[in-house]
Amino acid sequence: MSAITHHIPDDMMAAYAAGTLPHPFAMVVAAHVSLCADCRATLEAYHTLGGALLEQTEDIEVSKGLKSNLMALLDEPAPPEPVFDAKGIYPGPVMAALKGRSPRWKTLGMGVKQSILSETEGGSVRLLYIPAGQAVPDHSHNGLELTLVLQGSFSDETGRFGVGDVEIGDEDLEHTPIADAGDACICLAATDAPLRFNAFLPRLLQPLFRI
Amino acid sequence: MSQMTVWLVAVRDQRDRAAFGALFDYFAPRLKGFIMRSGTSAAQAEEIVQDVMLTVWRKAAMFDPHRAQASAWIYQIARNRQIDIIRKENRPIPDELAQDPGSEPDASQILAFDQEAEQLKTALEMLQPDQKEMIQKAYMGDLTHQEISLQTGLPLGTVKSRIRLGLNRLRKELKGLR
Ligand SMILES: [Zn+2]
Repeated sequence: MSAITHHIPDDMMAAYAAGTLPHPFAMVVAAHVSLCADCRATLEAYHTLGGALLEQTEDIEVSKGLKSNLMALLDEPAPPEPVFDAKGIYPGPVMAALKGRSPRWKTLGMGVKQSILSETEGGSVRLLYIPAGQAVPDHSHNGLELTLVLQGSFSDETGRFGVGDVEIGDEDLEHTPIADAGDACICLAATDAPLRFNAFLPRLLQPLFRI
Repeated sequence: MSQMTVWLVAVRDQRDRAAFGALFDYFAPRLKGFIMRSGTSAAQAEEIVQDVMLTVWRKAAMFDPHRAQASAWIYQIARNRQIDIIRKENRPIPDELAQDPGSEPDASQILAFDQEAEQLKTALEMLQPDQKEMIQKAYMGDLTHQEISLQTGLPLGTVKSRIRLGLNRLRKELKGLR
């Protein structure tokens, strides 16, 4: 596998570790971390910070019965939990969103297809299938958009994005990504709706966009 | 190794109930305080605490002291459960890293990791109270982000760069473990 050169920025990773990153972006982060040892290390560093904060949290006494109730539960068999492992090009968190099934592609024209994984007022996350030579759709950048390559690659004015690379787009990024020759490019793309733009997130990302 | 990590390894390897009880006594009240800071009621916070601690017992086999202290591992479980339960959404979580088959625990690596984590805690403790409060809010207060964004003028950049320094060291150490 070729080396990943476009990673999750630290501030976004911190927001993911803190649980404040909106769901569509959290999916891209989880999928990228599944593919990238560097970013996994960064995430574990932020978990360490979270653990340090937990240790230093002011404790609040728990109810008397809580511990005995819990100890009594230890021998109970764990209820079966669906486990979605990575399959083919799709990391575990994407397989979980697909509920273990194959993507249900809907055509967008010119051979481009999409499969929506989730769509709420807070944003959407979908898989995109782009044949070689076609443009990656919907780079209007109303707000923030993260695109993670799962198969093939695409290129634009800023560079080439191969498997595992994440492109971060916002209103200021003017570009035209085109799928490279070879295998069709399959991406995981997340956007947030501009109206519900989390006030915290842009501030976290400011250092990034001040380029 | 930190005492909590020793307990968690005992739970993992020996299914040690006394060690699990000790983990509960240490973490349950902190988890309750931590969860309630984001506006959750005491009753629901206790439900989540029970859920988190039960997950700790059941998933202890996945704990790897080369990569995490007990508090970081439990933090991450609590964060996942809290989001699943309170926001009623399935939080996307990365694939588990495959364990190297037959790899022996490396005490020196665990120790080096632990030292880095302790340094990070020291750096956190040395922050100004209002700076530390800021980070606590960012990590704990799902419902107070508006409030945070209104608190302009706080030297968040300074805080972040100091934390970043600690994290950079930690990250290098983590990379060294690969
Ligand atoms: Zn990465």
